[in-house]
Amino acid sequence: MSARRIFSRPARFAAIAPYVWMVLFFLVPFAFVAKISLSQTAIAQPPYTPVFSLAGGWSSLSDAFAALSPDNFRLLLSDDLYLSSYLRSVVVALTSTAILLLIGYPIAYGMARLPRRWQGIAMMLVIIPFWTSFLIRIYAWVNILQHDGLLNQILLALHLVSTPVVWLSTDSAMYVGIVYSYLPFMILPLFATLTKLEPALEEAAADLGASPREIFWLVTFPLSLPGVGAGSLLCFIPIVGEFVIPDLLAGSKSLMIGQTLWLEFFTNKDWPVASSIAVVLLVVLLLPLLLYDRLQRRQLEESR
Amino acid sequence: MADDIATPEPAAEPTPSPEPRPDPQPPILRIENVVKTFGSFRAVDGVSLDIRAGEFFALLGPSGCGKTTLLRMLAGFETPDEGRILLSGEDIAQVLPHERPVNMMFQNYALFPHLNVRDNIAFGLRRAGMPRAEITTRVAEMVALVRLEGLEKRKPDQLSGGQKQRVALARSLARRPQVLLLDEPMAALDKKLRESTQFELMELQRRLGMTFIIVTHDQEEAMTVASRIGVMKAGKLEQVAVPRRLYEEPASRWVAQFVGDINLFEGEVTAREPHRLRVSTASAGELVAAQPVAPIDESKVAVAIRPEKIRLALRRPAGDAAAINCVEGIISDTSYLGGKTVYKIRLDGGAAIHAAQANTARLDADGYGLNQRVVAWFTPDDCVVLER
Ligand SMILES: Nc1ncnc2c1ncn2[C@@H]1O[C@H](COP(=O)(O)OP(=O)(O)O)[C@@H](O)[C@H]1O
Ligand SMILES: [Mg+2]
Repeated sequence: MSARRIFSRPARFAAIAPYVWMVLFFLVPFAFVAKISLSQTAIAQPPYTPVFSLAGGWSSLSDAFAALSPDNFRLLLSDDLYLSSYLRSVVVALTSTAILLLIGYPIAYGMARLPRRWQGIAMMLVIIPFWTSFLIRIYAWVNILQHDGLLNQILLALHLVSTPVVWLSTDSAMYVGIVYSYLPFMILPLFATLTKLEPALEEAAADLGASPREIFWLVTFPLSLPGVGAGSLLCFIPIVGEFVIPDLLAGSKSLMIGQTLWLEFFTNKDWPVASSIAVVLLVVLLLPLLLYDRLQRRQLEESR
Repeated sequence: MADDIATPEPAAEPTPSPEPRPDPQPPILRIENVVKTFGSFRAVDGVSLDIRAGEFFALLGPSGCGKTTLLRMLAGFETPDEGRILLSGEDIAQVLPHERPVNMMFQNYALFPHLNVRDNIAFGLRRAGMPRAEITTRVAEMVALVRLEGLEKRKPDQLSGGQKQRVALARSLARRPQVLLLDEPMAALDKKLRESTQFELMELQRRLGMTFIIVTHDQEEAMTVASRIGVMKAGKLEQVAVPRRLYEEPASRWVAQFVGDINLFEGEVTAREPHRLRVSTASAGELVAAQPVAPIDESKVAVAIRPEKIRLALRRPAGDAAAINCVEGIISDTSYLGGKTVYKIRLDGGAAIHAAQANTARLDADGYGLNQRVVAWFTPDDCVVLER
């Protein structure tokens, strides 16, 4: 009895810790953002109305509640700028995730097949870029891709092109930056699932007459799908909200939603619209998460 | 190594003939001097073996002696560094695993976790390009064969250990391979289930007429299922023989001790009579053993006697001509095992021997008591003289 009391307290705390974390660092800030998204801009400090204040008593609070309106969300729907930004973000994130998967999968597959003592080294090589600031690494790409940058110098020296190619401020440059930055997030979950795969399964498939290609598509790949899902989500979600990479590497013709949000917040000083963009973005990102969750749950149920 | 290529003897035959009889048909599988090294370690060290079509062969040996490695070379997952493997007379060194008419049942079954029972069994058939209707029939046949009806839609982790084992068996049998390799197929089952499965496996093999090669470290299992057993030690084949011969005529001290329990008396040959061999031993004095079929060249030998062939008495059996080998000692330990009781006897010479007595009478199963002085005796015919 007493033993249970001793052990149950930390255990109970461990069980609620994630919820405490979630309330403190997600729900509370999100409530602020959601409230601002329902406010109107004002030339004031803070730059929106209404402001909830307990000093004015109950009547001023209820007035403030009455002043909240979903106007900003209507604006998001009516103005093409926002819709196209969302769309571009999703398209860029989907395309990047697909490219990341195409590049990351073979790398993770190769790593998983290295002798064990080489795997640690390979993993280090994947992680090492994180030791340098993200911003510096993106600026390095600016350097490489600019008009007289390294890439053009090499191309010119090899006589592959006769005049410098415009790389910077193109979508290609942005994709290079995104794929470069997010590759580890794709590789690591894939590597984790692929190393856990029992080698005997592939041998059993070979034994039963499967060619190497069939072994991959019928055994290895289906069994690595949890890693594919995890890696894709880990890349897709932050890429949708990506701001720095498109800002530094892509042109300014069309914006991703992160850039639009930044413009609203810092240039237009329109906190309410910026907040409503953020709220919608969250809802958009929740969709793939819920989908993934449902898929996993179904898989679990199937195997029960 | 006694390379026994005789057909499995009927149990009634008293002593197997020493000369190998001419082979009625060429072996389905011929392993010639196969060597496999990992770095500088020779996991399989010059193994030669013929397997006949339709036989149930067991590779028996302690863990780490190279059984799995040898089996994996037969399946094509490892390539021999030296030697050849001939299947139906053809060298299969260059034949990839997925092209060999050989299937393997893996040690931990290696069932595909994302496929249900039916798709696991159908996997090999689909790869062979079998028509749909035929696959359905064959899978149903296999499911019935291993008695898995009603579980076709289950995934492997919804099955018990015994059921998984059956799926693995059905999957590896579905393609009707010429040779089926089984790597410790019953290691994960509990004792009772293992025993019933052993008999089912034998029954199955007889019914299908397929060649089975089973790997096991369990000598009882090997003796139960196999018509012939190859005993491996440190990458080498120590002896290949039918179970009875392996037990009654072990080729070396090591085999004698690995297969069942045995008492060894080390000594020196003092006299060679026409049918008898006199051996002077330190622990049991002079022992008389029947002359083995193969002549003994060494003078330093061991006289080996199985515990159940030792008879116990309270005093020396008088006038019994058979009781030439007679030792005395004190019972230092008894283990009652139900069907038999094993006595540990400390001989006057200092050595300890085991003697097993069958408990044939229910009310008289107590036998001898601890610290009782007994005489242990055995006939020359029950002794085996070992050179190696
Ligand atoms: N791929 C490998 N690399 C290095 N050593 C191996 C490898 N496979 C097996 N061995 C070694 O070869 C020996 C025989 O292994 P194995 O054939 O699996 O034995 P068994 O099946 O008889 O228990 C063991 O000592 C094992 O450590
Ligand atoms: Mg093994």
